[in-house]
Amino acid sequence: MGELRLMKGNEALAEAAIRAGVDGYFGYPITPQSEVIEYLTAEKPYERTGMVVLQAESEVASINMLYGAGATGKKVMTSSSSPGISLMQEGISYIAGAEIPVVLVNVVRGGPGLGDIQPSQSDYFQTTKGGGHGDYRLIALAPSSVQEMSDFVPLAFELAFKYRNPAIIISDGAIGQMMEKVELFEQMPRLTDEEIREKYRWATNGKLKDGTRRVITSLDLDPHKLEEHNLKLQAKYREIEEKEVRYEMLQCEDAEYIIVAYGLSARISQKAIQLLREKGHKVGLLRPITIWPFPKKQIDELVKKGVKGFLSVEMSAGQMVEDVKLAVNGRVKVEHFGRLGGVIHSPEEVVAAMENKIIGG
Amino acid sequence: MADINIQDIIKPENLVYKKTRLMTDKTLSYCPGCGHGTTHRLIMEVVEELGMEYETIGVAPVGCSVLAYEFMNVDMQEAAHGRAPAVATGIKRLWPDKLVFTYQGDGDLAAIGTGETIHACNRGENIVIVFINNGIYGMTGGQMAPTTLVGMKTSTTPYGRDVEMMGNPLKITELVAQLPGTYYVTRQAVHTPSAVRKAKRAIKKAFENQLNKKPGLSFVEVVSNCNSGWKMSPVDANNWMEENMFPFYNLGDIKVDGKLVTK
Amino acid sequence: MTEEIIIAGFGGQGVLSMGKILAYSGIMQDKEVSWMPSYGPEMRGGTANVTVIISDERISSPILEVFDTAIILNQQSMDKFEKTVKPGGVLLYDPNGISRHPERKDINIYKIEGAKLAAEMGNLKIFNMVVLGAFLAIKPIVNLENVMKGLKKSLPERYHKLLPLNEDAIRLGMKNVITVQEV
Ligand SMILES: Cc1ncc(C[n+]2csc(CCOP(=O)(O)OP(=O)(O)O)c2C)c(N)n1
Ligand code: SF4
Ligand SMILES: [Mg+2]
Repeated sequence: MGELRLMKGNEALAEAAIRAGVDGYFGYPITPQSEVIEYLTAEKPYERTGMVVLQAESEVASINMLYGAGATGKKVMTSSSSPGISLMQEGISYIAGAEIPVVLVNVVRGGPGLGDIQPSQSDYFQTTKGGGHGDYRLIALAPSSVQEMSDFVPLAFELAFKYRNPAIIISDGAIGQMMEKVELFEQMPRLTDEEIREKYRWATNGKLKDGTRRVITSLDLDPHKLEEHNLKLQAKYREIEEKEVRYEMLQCEDAEYIIVAYGLSARISQKAIQLLREKGHKVGLLRPITIWPFPKKQIDELVKKGVKGFLSVEMSAGQMVEDVKLAVNGRVKVEHFGRLGGVIHSPEEVVAAMENKIIGG
Repeated sequence: MADINIQDIIKPENLVYKKTRLMTDKTLSYCPGCGHGTTHRLIMEVVEELGMEYETIGVAPVGCSVLAYEFMNVDMQEAAHGRAPAVATGIKRLWPDKLVFTYQGDGDLAAIGTGETIHACNRGENIVIVFINNGIYGMTGGQMAPTTLVGMKTSTTPYGRDVEMMGNPLKITELVAQLPGTYYVTRQAVHTPSAVRKAKRAIKKAFENQLNKKPGLSFVEVVSNCNSGWKMSPVDANNWMEENMFPFYNLGDIKVDGKLVTK
Repeated sequence: MTEEIIIAGFGGQGVLSMGKILAYSGIMQDKEVSWMPSYGPEMRGGTANVTVIISDERISSPILEVFDTAIILNQQSMDKFEKTVKPGGVLLYDPNGISRHPERKDINIYKIEGAKLAAEMGNLKIFNMVVLGAFLAIKPIVNLENVMKGLKKSLPERYHKLLPLNEDAIRLGMKNVITVQEV
């Protein structure tokens, strides 16, 4: 068993970055995730593993530092919260276009605009449907516990490098700020420069001895070639949709109704299910762990099994509910419930919504 | 006088100049007479002379030189508009022994990328920035740049740059020279053979500074014509540049070995 | 066993750190734990509260509306959280500075003179440990040995010389709980 600690989500994520053998972190402070860079600067990872930590002058700079460093084959990450992630969108689009494997973290807060610093889930569209320009996707992992804040760091890197695609860990202010028990995984080694050059032949870290030179770009002025590139990206996204859907189902075996919720909302909904079951309602929880790729097939199977209704519970005005509706495709009732602007719904509110909108409605 | 034929001319012993291997054979996309192509060549010659072909990573900007990576035969990255200094920072921080440079126009470096430029300079990133100042946005069809001279006509200052409305031309090179993080700051040109030789020496010095891990960033501005954007013939553009650009953008070293040059 | 606790008082009373020590003690006793500081407008105006959950099972919602135990350390928190105690649950409070005492008839109510006892010990900073002791006397969900281990884990090394003082404070709290009403 690994070391047990009581940690904030943000701290667990930062510690996991060091232990996952990350080569570099570039970031700019913003609440509620500044603990990530604070923890990293305090821990001196450059002494522990040689990891580089740099506070950039803006999120625009951090994402572009990621572009540069990621394109050399190093494992690099950044973290921010909603307004900062908005600022990064240009860079994210370039990174997706140039197929650079990097890891991003969004500890989501209330919006739009400067919004507030409370937990929110209103960046679902931005995360799963693009955010920047062009046809691209991010592999999006949604932790719902401090343990997962830690565990998803190496997982995100594994997926990012497997597909040469940016991956994002989408958390929220509550998961970032709350403390829970974490079992920390053992220190993983960082790859040496030579191992990187051997393993990632596409990376721009100085021409190969045989004279091969590499170029990292998202530009192709020939529309036919750019279409070809896009088709290649799309094929990759289909493969990811095929192979990398991750989810958790709780009490779905006999469920007549399903709550679909991720992150903090899934935790709250788990309690709501317990309360609903105490009242005699057969309700289960489907928790997407990857919000992209989304567990469409699982929803389809639940409908086929006879589930009578779905409630999408999210701290937003109803974003993920659109994906639930697409998967359900009109066959049964789908509704949304969620508080806005950083207000967290209580389990009791979720119970009431389920009773009023789905079971009774 | 004996006739000389082509066979005599191409004899190895008659060779006086050869294109560096580090320029690809791809036809340059630049307008004839433009300074971009010459400056590319100088950089690649320097990299070759320093024996750093396999250890160099370049960052291309957005601007006319967006395709620099097609011409410079080393590992290259294409950055978003203005972000090259951040991209280069990311590379250099993780590969401190590689030679890392950015190549940027005035719109890229001194307008949209001002923040990245100033902060990379201020942190003293051990990289080289080569900055092509042609006083205009060449790529997008000749709009005003931060470096456009007062009264100069561009497609967005059709009556000439008006200071009250558009502010003054920005001498970003003098500005970054003030930062303790810059080690070498110089302004050059590539419009005459002697200017080309000087510019090459400056670029070489900049790369040597990096190679020798001198503390700070080396910044080489090259004042260049954009004959298409200025709507002049190449010859007229160079004359106009000498008469109008150089009096404002004075050529020469501004900071050497971390010390401001006093004139 | 699942124990859902709210601890509420002024910032500076050590509310958050008391929750943290309790949570760490839970880990030492092989429990699942969660510690969630208050969110929302109540963060301002000097009040602080934290939800601590200690359980044998995986913890569901870290955000709760009702609690097994409320530990209440000022009047604002009394007004806000008395009503959130589950019927049959526990309300523990420090009467110091309380103008309206708890009125519910369906819950167990206990008092601890935390501020007074800490003052008598000559160190107001250990106030929260006295209160923690009182809570553990009422609900011994973690044993003292594990509390001390938790304390050691959550205190920076330079404060470890204060561990014996903290242990005394916890013991003092354990001994001085006053039962107001039991249902
Ligand atoms: C975010 C963004 N805004 C605008 C543009 C359009 N654009 C491309 S190049 C350029 C100006 C380039 O001028 P400069 O850097 O001076 O380079 P030059 O072409 O003169 O060498 C602009 C505005 C862009 N590509 N990206
Ligand atoms: S438009 Fe100007 S800068 Fe661009 S290639 Fe032509 S002359 Fe050079
Ligand atoms: Mg220009």
